[in-house]
Amino acid sequence: MAMTEHASKQYDLDLGSIRSRVLAMGGLVESQIRRAIDALTTGNLVLTQEVIEADHRVNAMEVELDGDCSQLIVRRQPAAGDLRMIFAIMKTVTDLERIGDEAQKIARMAKNIHERGGAQAPPVVEVRHAAEAAISMLRRTLDCFARLDCDGAAEVIRDDAGIDTEFRSILRQLITYMMEDPRTISTALEIVWIAKAIERIGDHAKNMAEYVIYIVKGTDVRHTKVAP
Amino acid sequence: MMSALETHVSELLATKAEARKLSFYYGDFRALKNITMPVHERKVTALIGPSGCGKSTFLRCFNRMHDLYPGNRYEGEIILQPDNANLLARDVDPIEVRMRIGMVFQKPNPFPKSVFENVAYGLRVRGESSRRRIEEKVEQALQDAALWEEVKNRLHQPAYNLSGGQQQRLCIARALATDPELLLFDEPTSALDPIATASIEELMHDLKERVTILIVTHNMQQAARVSDFTAYMYLGDLIEFGITDELFIKPKMKQTEDYITGRFG
Repeated sequence: MAMTEHASKQYDLDLGSIRSRVLAMGGLVESQIRRAIDALTTGNLVLTQEVIEADHRVNAMEVELDGDCSQLIVRRQPAAGDLRMIFAIMKTVTDLERIGDEAQKIARMAKNIHERGGAQAPPVVEVRHAAEAAISMLRRTLDCFARLDCDGAAEVIRDDAGIDTEFRSILRQLITYMMEDPRTISTALEIVWIAKAIERIGDHAKNMAEYVIYIVKGTDVRHTKVAP
Repeated sequence: MMSALETHVSELLATKAEARKLSFYYGDFRALKNITMPVHERKVTALIGPSGCGKSTFLRCFNRMHDLYPGNRYEGEIILQPDNANLLARDVDPIEVRMRIGMVFQKPNPFPKSVFENVAYGLRVRGESSRRRIEEKVEQALQDAALWEEVKNRLHQPAYNLSGGQQQRLCIARALATDPELLLFDEPTSALDPIATASIEELMHDLKERVTILIVTHNMQQAARVSDFTAYMYLGDLIEFGITDELFIKPKMKQTEDYITGRFG
């Protein structure tokens, strides 16, 4: 999609500012997940607390971006590519905010686990691996949003299946641990929640990739079986 | 060029009129270039485009308005249904065409007569002499133009006493009185306030149950609101014609996209 300039320079500035703040929000959310996972593996309780407290910044960005989008709609009545862009941004911002919530959830669980006295061996390594995959999906989907790259977005959509598979594999391992040693149950349950949060992050990243395809091609690929 | 949905829709819809390879010349200047486009029956079709794109010129071809000036020349055809006849043919009387195809202009232009006589005018020109039939027709046309309740007690007052929005609806009633098959609107609300504009737009929506409407508008939001089909024109060319919802969300041509998103010029 070619992005020539609007006759109104202010329109370009407003739209450009909204787009770059979506990317900034994406960057903040990505660092929230990363820090939450670091806290889980290192047991750094200060870090868990920082992540939990920083979530309000993500929420504030959501509110601010929604406000700016509705203002742009009222003032400019965007059409065609601009309309699809604003529509997709409003949906993207919702997904980013939910990813922020998931990161906060991971930090809470990490705090619980380590306050109780550490993980007795459940598969934190696999969790870290799944988290890396989810973070990579998120980063690539934001890149695709910035460059309006459909092929990259289609790749992100396909990658979501991998995280779903990893989630099921983590679940199977945790069940084995719990059956062998019931003392691991509390921690294992918390790790289930963490794994589920990571799996949800993958879903949100996939949604955002679908919006990129909508912006560029105008086709809605949500809830379709075949990735474009 | 058409999407599967558009092809499907076009096949289902009857065509009221169709421009075929239509070109138009003001002397040596070619204002319309080879335009081929349907006007679907009992639908609203909007013509949009920047000033000078030929949209009003195109609209005026449909009731032979250009015949009034020397040096103007048509090429190609406009086929009117159900007759399947070219209304631009030399042997077709433009007065006959205008009986079937009504027009409403940018500024309300009531005759300097009473409200009643404005609407009755077309009927009298047609040779209707029965007072009872004229009264019935006038009331019906005013009702159809959503004006009857406002003017029924002042039918014999001068039309100029009405507000701008009422005058425009009176002009629509005048056009409706002769039972036109096609109504041409040339920026019908650009001189009206938002409330009067809304009432005209509402009226168009009701009218399309029985009459085909072709409208020129500078207001893209209006085209998006009132029309079923939209044509984007530029410098005398038809750039894109399609279902309005598709054209405003996902236009096929970059030129259309640039125009409707304000990236023009």
